[in-house]
Amino acid sequence: MNDLVSDEAREWIGKSDDPIEVEVTRRDIIKYSVATEQILDKYTNGSEAPPMFVAGLSREVIPMDDLGLDGLPPASLVPDLPLKRVMAGGVSFRFHRAVKPGDVLVFSRTLSNIVGKKGKTGPLIFVTYSITCETNNGEPVLDQEQTRILR
Amino acid sequence: MKITDLFVGQQLPIRHFKATNVSLFCYNAAIWNPHRIHYDEKYTKEVEQHPEIVIDGPLQGDWLSQTVTNWIRNDGSLLEFSYTNRRASYLGETLSAGGEITSIDPNTNIVVLHLYIKNEKDEITTPGNAKVKILS
Repeated sequence: MNDLVSDEAREWIGKSDDPIEVEVTRRDIIKYSVATEQILDKYTNGSEAPPMFVAGLSREVIPMDDLGLDGLPPASLVPDLPLKRVMAGGVSFRFHRAVKPGDVLVFSRTLSNIVGKKGKTGPLIFVTYSITCETNNGEPVLDQEQTRILR
Repeated sequence: MKITDLFVGQQLPIRHFKATNVSLFCYNAAIWNPHRIHYDEKYTKEVEQHPEIVIDGPLQGDWLSQTVTNWIRNDGSLLEFSYTNRRASYLGETLSAGGEITSIDPNTNIVVLHLYIKNEKDEITTPGNAKVKILS
């Protein structure tokens, strides 16, 4: 299935986009904790972020007119590929320290792999990103591998 | 919780989750995800051909992580966590999150866990793994 991914597309492996800086507020943590039905006090009172809080923290915020028909921002850091519908694939995290209100986090993302595969319902392309998150003082917070599936 | 009280094969408490339109709205607003498959039923069915509104993969990832964080509470820390979205889940489904201990290292207090989210048909939608360090 590797003919799904052209040589030109494969040249994107190793590219990075500009780092994103995000300030974490207690209110953001509380909103996330309520929406995900957290039960530990440290999360519901916003004094510490649940581990998965960071998964949505670096999403792009762009003007409404720039969103696509599917509601999503135009794909960034991805080459032109023959499959277009995006599904969440999975993630792996290595945590170095908890996220707290007041933290200023810097996310850096690199396209680390693109692989075509035959799925049960047809061809699929797996696009993998390596994401590092550290404070603006350079303290490591977490390392993340994120996979998106195109179908 | 003490490392000496734990054993391989020990089951973590199971928790059930049933997403609603409101909870999905709040979650997607909190993470700023405007993908229409999480709130626009007509678009979801007609354009992206799903049978129902889709429950976010990362939301199920969060529920899976809570299997661990609610179990260890303040008695340890989550070092590593991973999951894969194998099967889509839809609004109206009740999902169950659980797991079990697969290894214990009494020298380092590191415990490895296998985790799962199952749907009502007992199909695993989201398998995962975690590594935690127990304090004592």
